[in-house]
Amino acid sequence: MARMSIKGKAYLVGAFEHPTRKAEDKSVAQLHAEVAKGALEDAGLARQDVDGYFCAGDAPGLGPLSMADYLGLKLRHMESTDTGGSSYLVHVAHAAQAIAAGKCNVALVTLAGRPRSEGSSGTQPRSWGAAVPDGPFEAPYGIVVANSYAMVAMRHMHEFGTTSEQLAWIKVAASHHAQHNPHAMLREVVTVQDVLDSPMVADPLHRMDCCVVSDGGGALVVARPEIARQLKRPLVKLIGAGESPKGQAGGKLTLTTSGAAWSGAAAFAEAGVRPADIQYASIYDSFTITVLVQIEDLGFCRKGEGGRFVADGNLISGSGKLPFNTDGGGLCNNHPANRGGMTKIIEAARQLRGEAHPQVQVKNCGLALAQGTGGQLGTRHGSATLIFERE
Amino acid sequence: MSHHDRKIPAPSVNPENKPFFDAAAAGRLVVKYCNSCKEFHHYPRTLCPHCFSDQTEWRDAKGTGTIYTYSVLRRGVPAPYCVAYVTLEEGVSMLTNIVDCDLDSVRIGLKVKVTFKPSDGGPPVPMFTPA
Repeated sequence: MARMSIKGKAYLVGAFEHPTRKAEDKSVAQLHAEVAKGALEDAGLARQDVDGYFCAGDAPGLGPLSMADYLGLKLRHMESTDTGGSSYLVHVAHAAQAIAAGKCNVALVTLAGRPRSEGSSGTQPRSWGAAVPDGPFEAPYGIVVANSYAMVAMRHMHEFGTTSEQLAWIKVAASHHAQHNPHAMLREVVTVQDVLDSPMVADPLHRMDCCVVSDGGGALVVARPEIARQLKRPLVKLIGAGESPKGQAGGKLTLTTSGAAWSGAAAFAEAGVRPADIQYASIYDSFTITVLVQIEDLGFCRKGEGGRFVADGNLISGSGKLPFNTDGGGLCNNHPANRGGMTKIIEAARQLRGEAHPQVQVKNCGLALAQGTGGQLGTRHGSATLIFERE
Repeated sequence: MSHHDRKIPAPSVNPENKPFFDAAAAGRLVVKYCNSCKEFHHYPRTLCPHCFSDQTEWRDAKGTGTIYTYSVLRRGVPAPYCVAYVTLEEGVSMLTNIVDCDLDSVRIGLKVKVTFKPSDGGPPVPMFTPA
């Protein structure tokens, strides 16, 4: 049997990022609708063209049932895979699978939330429900988001000699990009020393090692090739995808490796390209350590060498070897619904369309990667990787 | 700072994990062992996560181990506290807190021993302190 692939089976035809960063006067469902409308307008498609819909745990109610009713969608395909912040990368891959299988022609993916207005941060416990099998062995100990990722950073420093200065370079690069984004929450360019001088949140992560908490959202439209070619937008083709969960392996911990080791390898194999071919990368940046571990696991450098790789501005567009998160990312721009995967895909689309800010646009960007990590790197997480090509 | 500065949420006890917390109430740390693949695992399951055998049993742990990694949460909380993974003598790592010590003295590789702390309305939970 021929090996099935989604390579070239679907195109990213619409993308929209909500400009709000604090939505005190809006409902979550309303934000979903506003980003859906924005992405369809961006694609040049109408609501009635949508026959597939994808959403995750941020969607209120019973997932696609509540949202399809609210949005007035008539569907023949729906999905609500939830892998935390990486869900939307998984959705794009699954939308391509559904399109390839003839289950839908135009898939809409939405994300929205208002954790900033609702007062949810990375140092507060989140409820995962009483039946969660790991809950009784974790909740008593006050594992939240920040100290979970911090334990990965601490172990990475122990094993490989990674330093706080090296991690700080990731924030510095993000801030260099965010200065050009009028919507970014934090537009001030910062230095390594600024990061080290910011308050310690969870050893060894400083406040500036942590992403922002923001309201907002985003949406994507994925369509089959025949439809994409009829539209007036630049052609952004999905050529590879991978997804992988990673957990505690029954207590045999390997905390310094993420699921990107598997999702990245699968995506590169399907796309038929190598890390060195990637001209722009959106890398999930809930914390600086998240970026560093994923860069290693995707193969941009060897395991343990991430600290040296990200240092000295190597992630800054125009001067570094791997321009990343040119919108300012979660560290500076936004992190809607505490889920950063959607905005990773949107900025990759901007780069491939040539629509990023001129100061951060990668010249002749023809190959881009988007990488997401959802859940918690320090306990269990879902990794997803997408590789896109400008056609 | 001590653990008393933080209210310890009670674990949700269910039929599968009840022996673990019953043992904790008696001052014993137990770990699941698989008689099929001869491996320990944690957190405890009925079916071994390594080989999927149902030949698992509870065994008393030695109650000592070393810190695999840790972090002291300092912001957004009433008082700092230390989460850690401790690798038990039995070879598996468990999420826990390091307590009853100067949190600034905690290091990866530090030898620790189990101690039990009361939870808020539930069974006591195992934590660790320098050995």
